[in-house]
Amino acid sequence: MIRVQREDFDLGAELAALTQGRHDIGGLCSFVGLVRDMAPIDGETTGISAMTLEHYPGMTEKMLARIEAEAQERWPLSASLIIHRYGRMEPGEQIVLVAAASAHREAAFEACHFLIDWLKTKAPFWKIESTDDGREAWVAARDSDDDAAARWQRSDEAAE
Amino acid sequence: MKLVYFAWLKAKVGHAEEEVAPPAEVETVAALMDWLSARGAGYAEALADRATIRVAVNQEYAKPGDRVKPGDEVAFFPPVTGG
Repeated sequence: MIRVQREDFDLGAELAALTQGRHDIGGLCSFVGLVRDMAPIDGETTGISAMTLEHYPGMTEKMLARIEAEAQERWPLSASLIIHRYGRMEPGEQIVLVAAASAHREAAFEACHFLIDWLKTKAPFWKIESTDDGREAWVAARDSDDDAAARWQRSDEAAE
Repeated sequence: MKLVYFAWLKAKVGHAEEEVAPPAEVETVAALMDWLSARGAGYAEALADRATIRVAVNQEYAKPGDRVKPGDEVAFFPPVTGG
């Protein structure tokens, strides 16, 4: 299941709903991304007062559904979930939740890791940070995110 | 053809979306970017770094040689930074 929403989510309730009534799940792995209060801007560690996420409605949902389907195809998952927020958030707030459940932990761990790595380089979201001193700066994509996603690239697929 | 812009490209171009009717010889993503760049300094600046700018045609990632045609929705944006 995927959801793109402005409002916050209740981690415990979301995970409980994912496994509700299921007795075939042996392991559930989740990752939550949060807004940090510091970020490197122009090479300097800078205090952040808020972050605003913009996205491409329509394409976002399409890409998230495809990312989830890819995880389902690669691992024997019993359930999976992607929730991504957009709009304005302050430090400490939850941005994203990915979760994967399987009969055994290996698939749950790997699929969860895959979901967030793949999402970071493929889902059309952009972050702009508001600094403590009143500036606004678009977050630059990081090579390390590309490297993280590349680990999951299959040899039979061309890199984008 | 509908064009949409996201993140800092939107600010450089000056608007979030627009309808355009490029000449018939503009048949590819690369040709569309050349045509747009000639429309004004904001476009030229927004689309200058061809290796960085990502393009989606009808909400699918596209490459420079991919076709564009009337009625398509073409989006231009920087590398994504979600998660």
